[in-house]
Amino acid sequence: MQTLVDNLIASGMFGAHPPRDVIYGLFIFIFSLVVFLGVAFPFAGIVSWVERRVWARMQSRCGPNRVGPNGFLQWLADGLKHVCKEDLIPAESDETLFKMAPYLVILAFTLPWAVMPFSSSLILADLNVGILYMTSVTALTVVGVLMAGWASNDKWSLIGGIRSAAQIVSYEIPAGLSIFPVVLMTGTLSMQGIINAQGWAPWTWFAFSNPFTFIAANVLYISALAEGNRTPFDLPEAESELVAGFATEYSGMRYLFFFAAEWGNLFIIGAIITTLFLGGWKFPHVSNNPVVMNVLELITFNVKVLFLVFVSMWVRGTLPRVRIDQLMSLCWKYLVPISFVDMIGTALWLAIWPQGNSIAPWIMMALFAAIIVIFLGRVLHYFRRSRMELYLSPTI
Amino acid sequence: MVAQAVFYLLAILTVGSAAIVAFSRNVVHSAFALLGTLVGVAGIYALLAADFLWVIQLLLYVGGILVLTLFAVMLTQGIADVSISNRAVGRAPALVISAVAAAVMIFAVFKTPWHQAAKVMVGPTTYGIGNAFLDTYALPFELASIILLAALIGAVVISRPIDRRTESPSEGE
Repeated sequence: MQTLVDNLIASGMFGAHPPRDVIYGLFIFIFSLVVFLGVAFPFAGIVSWVERRVWARMQSRCGPNRVGPNGFLQWLADGLKHVCKEDLIPAESDETLFKMAPYLVILAFTLPWAVMPFSSSLILADLNVGILYMTSVTALTVVGVLMAGWASNDKWSLIGGIRSAAQIVSYEIPAGLSIFPVVLMTGTLSMQGIINAQGWAPWTWFAFSNPFTFIAANVLYISALAEGNRTPFDLPEAESELVAGFATEYSGMRYLFFFAAEWGNLFIIGAIITTLFLGGWKFPHVSNNPVVMNVLELITFNVKVLFLVFVSMWVRGTLPRVRIDQLMSLCWKYLVPISFVDMIGTALWLAIWPQGNSIAPWIMMALFAAIIVIFLGRVLHYFRRSRMELYLSPTI
Repeated sequence: MVAQAVFYLLAILTVGSAAIVAFSRNVVHSAFALLGTLVGVAGIYALLAADFLWVIQLLLYVGGILVLTLFAVMLTQGIADVSISNRAVGRAPALVISAVAAAVMIFAVFKTPWHQAAKVMVGPTTYGIGNAFLDTYALPFELASIILLAALIGAVVISRPIDRRTESPSEGE
């Protein structure tokens, strides 16, 4: 985006001696508004409707299908309803902290969008510590969640907040360590730098470049789901035991803030994986027109991210919630050692084949294809035993 | 001009939150106000073009240390009581010590010949920091990691439940 603003200034749009700082500030403000109001929050809203429809289909229900075509406007109706609701603040709560907590969670949700690489030139700021920035600002969520849990002055909220903090702090370790293999291979932390080190074709993606990165991609996805409080790791808000966890005492707009952030975080999880392991926005060079190329890249990036978002809905619709001890043993006994092995393994791999191994990606892709084939076989098995028309009509 | 305005905003955030940390009667409020201080310091690092340092400040201090502090504060019993806060320190000695410390610091600020750095474009610092750790400062770096390892093992030893089977019958209760 900086090049665009520089070009505008150079073209003399703002006079001969433009106040550079002010213009940069103005454009940062405008671009941020476009991203937040045009992308982040509508995404969070629409994905809430999509998710409810997808689960409903997985659990043989209908889901919200009344408001608008196929219930598409349900998210707007929900949003309006929450805005109109009374803003309850419990008398015994810590009022200042209670009011502040949702804003911290929303802040932690909006900050990562600054380095979101939508296409080769659609990125607000290509920081040279981009991926590190993304992981560190999402850590702010945990402060907001702890604040909400404590300020509500309610045992369910407090347990939810403490659980969330323990979970996020634990899973940050495998998540951070799984980023290292890619950083080792590219030698950069910038989002665009990592994407540019990959190509458009799957065999040039880091997910398939060697066995260790393939495992790292999976570890990172699992850890990211846990950090985003998604089922099967949604212990902080386990409905059956904690009412609604840290959000128990919240109502109206403040409640909506927590859940907008949670649904919106799905995009951020998908974007991190896509950038690091799935080639980001890379698309074959088919046109010399930069506008056409950018649109194609934007579509490529979004398709990959939305597929990962769909996978997380899929996981949420099919897996039961884990217990807290299982959650901790999964993290500390399995994911942390695995990610350490990944890191050392990638370093050794790079020491043996500094330019990359040309055969390994094909073997990895063959393995991946085998997994897909086995999976599709199982799906077809269940398809044959069920009423096809129920599954094939998308609009019930 | 904008940079200066941003600096003063960050300074107000840092110092204001630090004041809440120091003066708040509620320990939990103090712990949460620490967030403002740490984020403000990270912002000042960013303003000084220390790109790696400010992200690490956020990652370690906000994501790690602050959360652990909050965790410890919240699990302490009767935390909202005023009596737990360190209110009872004598006013007079505190005043004297603060006045002397402030005088020394102000003296130092005015006596030091500050160097005005030339206006240079500062490049990315990550490579430099990484190379320095593995080259010039390899020994201190390794020593720090040994200390951390020792702390880690110590934490595991302390928090580990006592294995009843290995105890001799005379020590059992």
